[in-house]
This record gives sequence, C-alpha cells and structure tokens, in this order.
Amino acid sequence: MNEAIVQLRGLSKHYGEGTTRVDALKEVDLDISAGSVVGLLGPSGSGKSTLLNLIGAIVDPSAGLIRLDGELVYDGRWIRKDLRRLRLEKIGFIFQFHNLIPFLNVSENIEIVLELAGYTLADARKRSLELLDYLQVADRAQAKPSQLSGGQAQRVAIARALANRPRIILADEPTAALDFERATIVIDLLHRVADEQHAAVIVVTHDEKIMPRLDEIHVLRDGALMEKEAAG
Amino acid sequence: MNLAIRDIRHHMGRFVLTCLGLALLLGVVVSMVGIYRGLVSDALSLVRAPAPDLWVVEGKTRGPFAEASRIPFDMRDAIARIDGIAEAGAVTYQSLQLEIDGRILRAFVVGYEPGRPGGPANLAEGRPIERSHFEIVADRRTGIPLAAKFKIGADWFTVVGRTAGQVDSAGNPTIYMTLKDAQKIQFQQEGAAARNLAVRGESGTPNQVNAVLAKLKPGVDRLALVQAIERWKHLSAMTQNDQEALLLQSVVEKARKQIGLFTAILLVVSTVIIALIIHTMTLDKVREIATLKLIGAPDRSIVGLILQQALAMGTISFSLGAGLLFLLAGHFPRRVEILPGDIIALASAVALACVLASMLGVRHALKIDPAQALGG
Repeated sequence: MNEAIVQLRGLSKHYGEGTTRVDALKEVDLDISAGSVVGLLGPSGSGKSTLLNLIGAIVDPSAGLIRLDGELVYDGRWIRKDLRRLRLEKIGFIFQFHNLIPFLNVSENIEIVLELAGYTLADARKRSLELLDYLQVADRAQAKPSQLSGGQAQRVAIARALANRPRIILADEPTAALDFERATIVIDLLHRVADEQHAAVIVVTHDEKIMPRLDEIHVLRDGALMEKEAAG
Repeated sequence: MNLAIRDIRHHMGRFVLTCLGLALLLGVVVSMVGIYRGLVSDALSLVRAPAPDLWVVEGKTRGPFAEASRIPFDMRDAIARIDGIAEAGAVTYQSLQLEIDGRILRAFVVGYEPGRPGGPANLAEGRPIERSHFEIVADRRTGIPLAAKFKIGADWFTVVGRTAGQVDSAGNPTIYMTLKDAQKIQFQQEGAAARNLAVRGESGTPNQVNAVLAKLKPGVDRLALVQAIERWKHLSAMTQNDQEALLLQSVVEKARKQIGLFTAILLVVSTVIIALIIHTMTLDKVREIATLKLIGAPDRSIVGLILQQALAMGTISFSLGAGLLFLLAGHFPRRVEILPGDIIALASAVALACVLASMLGVRHALKIDPAQALGG
C-alpha cells in the first residue's frame, strides 16, 4: 500500500452565516496515495472546485485538517504563513485552458517556477529542457504558447506543474478542451508522472471519456463525498 | 527573469504606440520648462549684454525696465567723475514697430555711446558701430541681413553688425544704434507737434537718457558707491545683481507662476494617463497574475512587473519627448532653453509620477485571487 500523500479529515467549507449560510463542503475525509490518478466528479456546485482550492491552499477551510506530503498544513489555521511558498514546494497545478503565461516562451514558462523555487538560471534551463524532453515537446522550447496546439500546450502545462518536483498534482478539467485522442495522451502522461515521480494526481473532471482511465473516482454531491468508486 | 520586459516585448506595438502618445505629452511638459528658461534668458540677455557693475536711474524709480526712468544726459559725466567709477555710458531703451519691405517688425531699440558701457556684448557677424549716425547693429532675429538699409523715422540706417539671440523680455529682437540717433527717434517730434513745441520754446531733442551704466575700478565697495549715488536725491542706483533680480521679479514672475501651474497640471494629467494605461494593462493580465500567484510568485514579483512597466513607459516616453524637444527647440518662435538640471528634475518628477500611477494597477493586482486562474 502506497503512503497517503493527501490526507483530509473533517474538511469543511461554508460561506456566509445564519440564514445565508451555504455549506460548500461537509466534513470530507479523504486519503490519496502516491502513484495514483484520482478523479473528483460531481455536478456543478457539488464542491469539486472548492475541494481542489482547499487542497491547493487557495481558499481557507472552515474546519478540518489537511496533511500534504506528510506535513500538517492546516489544523484550524494554516500552519505556514506563506501559502504561495507551500504551493510552490508541494503542489503542481494543471488548468483547463493550460494558463501558460502568453508573454513567456515555452521554456520560460517552466523556468519561472524554478526561479521562484530558487534555482539558478542555468539549472532552471537545464531542468526545463529535461521536462520538455520528457513530455516530448522539447522542439517547441522557444515557441510562444499561442504557437502551440492544444495538446502541446497542455503538455507544457504539465511540465510546468512538475517543474519543482511536487508530489501533489491538482488538475482542473485538464482534458476539457481536448479531443479524445489528445485527452488520452494527457491522462497517460499523468499516469506516467504519478508512477515515476511517486506523486498523487487529483483530477477534477466532467469528461466521461477519461473516467475509465482513472485509478479511483470520488463523487461529490451537495458538498459531501459519496462512496469511493473503483475505476479503470 | 524579468517579466515586465517580456510582457512589453509581447505587446511591443501597443507599448510603442502608448509611449509615443505619452512622449508628446511629456514633451509638452519639458517644453513648458524650456520656454520658462528661455523667457528668463531672454529677459536677462538685455541686462547682461552691457555687463555693467552699476545701473544709475531716475530717483525713486526701479528703472529702466521695471519702471520708466529719465535722467539728464550730463549725469553720465557726473557719475564718471565719482571716485571708484572706471567708465560710464548713457543709454536709452524703447520699443519700436518698424515696417521693413512690407513686413511689420517689432524691435527693442538700445541707444548707446560707442566705446562706453551699454553696447552689444558680442557680435555674431559684421562690425560694431563706428560712425556717430545711421549705423545699427541688429539681432539676427530681426531677419535684416548685414549691409541692408532701411528707414526709421526720417532717416536711413545701415546694418553694420549682427548679434545672435539678443532680445528683450518679450522676445523682440534688439537693435543697437548710437545714443544720438536713438534720442532723436525717442524724443524728436515732427510736423505739427514739432511746431507746437517750438511755439512753446521747447524745440530740439531733449538731452535725456533712460539710464547710465557704470563699470567700477577693481576692489571698489559697490554698496558704498550705490549709497553715495543715491544721496543725490534725483538718482537711484543698483548693482547688476539687483537689476537682474528686479527684472526677473517684475517681468518674469507671473510667467513663472503661470508656466509652473501649467506644468504641474500637465504632470498630473500625465500621471492620470499613465495610471489608466497601467491599470488597463493590469486588467488585461488578470489571469496571468492569478496563475503567477497560484504557482507561487510572491507579491514583490507581481508589484515588480507592474512598477517596472510603468517606469519603463515613463522613462522611454520622457526620453522621446525630451529628444523631440531638443530637435524642435530651434523652431519655436521664442527661445526654448533646456538645462541639464531641469531635465534631471523633470525626469525625477516623471519617475515619481510613474510610481504613483502604478499604485492603482498594483492595488488591483494584489487583490487578484489566485483561484481566478482555475476554471474557464
């Protein structure tokens, strides 16, 4: 059994108070292991994005406990003050529309994460080219994001997410803008990353075509986590 | 990695166009200060040309520029005889409107005694006045060429020399002639007016001048000499520095306030425009800034991106504006003088304006939620 990279206990999030209170997430307990690609499913408003934002230290939980990569990061308050640093060290993000910085070229989009993490320019460049090579887009290193195909852009986004060797990858609808063939390539890549980097990949998706390729599927409904479904 | 430069490169066309527009505005700011400096230079050029040590004028007046001053010509000899005075010269000043080859020319006429204080400082071409009548030295801005002949009053004058940039405080070019010729133009009446004066026994040219300019012997106490001259109740005296200060205070002060206010307004307008541009540029980058925050970029990186762009815009625009003014300064109708100190002061003001202007964009950027990077 692989170690749990993400541990959530009684994690809740509500907005407003009294009659205006909305429970976006209700006492979620969840363990996600290294090496797995896990899907978060549910209708709109079910709390998928809220859960992703809580694990990504983007939104403050209302209650509960979060442990990431063995480190307790939230127990009623954020243990670290610098949440951006926490994200930089532990979490990689992959977005629906890749969100590459348009004024940076492909290589620079990856280098910037590494520079923020304290790499020297030379080391950042070397690591960037390694990742682009790993994801088979090294030939596009100097291209601007606008010059990439959808599939290439998403691979670069994955490379950026992996840049600082995070053990948690949060992917928000990573295949929504891709056709079946490209979506399959992206999910295969995420599996490869999870296996080779011993990372936990959490994918929020509505995309039915990729569900059979996920290791686990967790369904959220009205902010509550339903029973775990086996996939694949 | 410098994000600001990369973003600018990515939107180079838009950035260059923005800078060009801003350059014109900042060019006007620089030109305002240049025009003021030119105004001061113009005003002082007339006072500094003869470079006297003392100005002796009518008693209880601050003449001859700030107030009217008339003193008898023979005061020149009385002044020259005072112990400590090296030499003295009588001068007249008057504005004149001439018609030369169908062109109206407004000029400032200086009458002086060749060989005595009061004449032009340096000639750009030609020679000084040598004859006692009908020769003039005109500034180049009159547009009158060397050796040209033209009529003033009843007499024909010949241009024997030309000065460069010798104008009065209103920017009118200066014409130098002998004191006698100038007195004739200033005081002599013609026709019925002359006959009227003759009937009253006041015929002829009044032998009066506007001021006597004196140069002192080395080591003479100027203030003591001023006090000595002022003991004669019908005379006032002031040093060259006093005369310059008086001229600036009386002639240029209002223009200084006017131009200063206009410059300040333009700087405020520039600041507002830069603020709006930077704010718009920030709004265009909301998703990128959210992504940067999400991947771990600290606030200083985001602030640096916006602040550096604002400063780059200000620096490039200011340089372009100032450069443009350097190129066009000679084509302005009045003197435009750009001093290094003014450029440094204005550049600092523009830099400060850029920092202030970027605050709106910075404030907006710091409020951007990293969660905005997620979702469609």
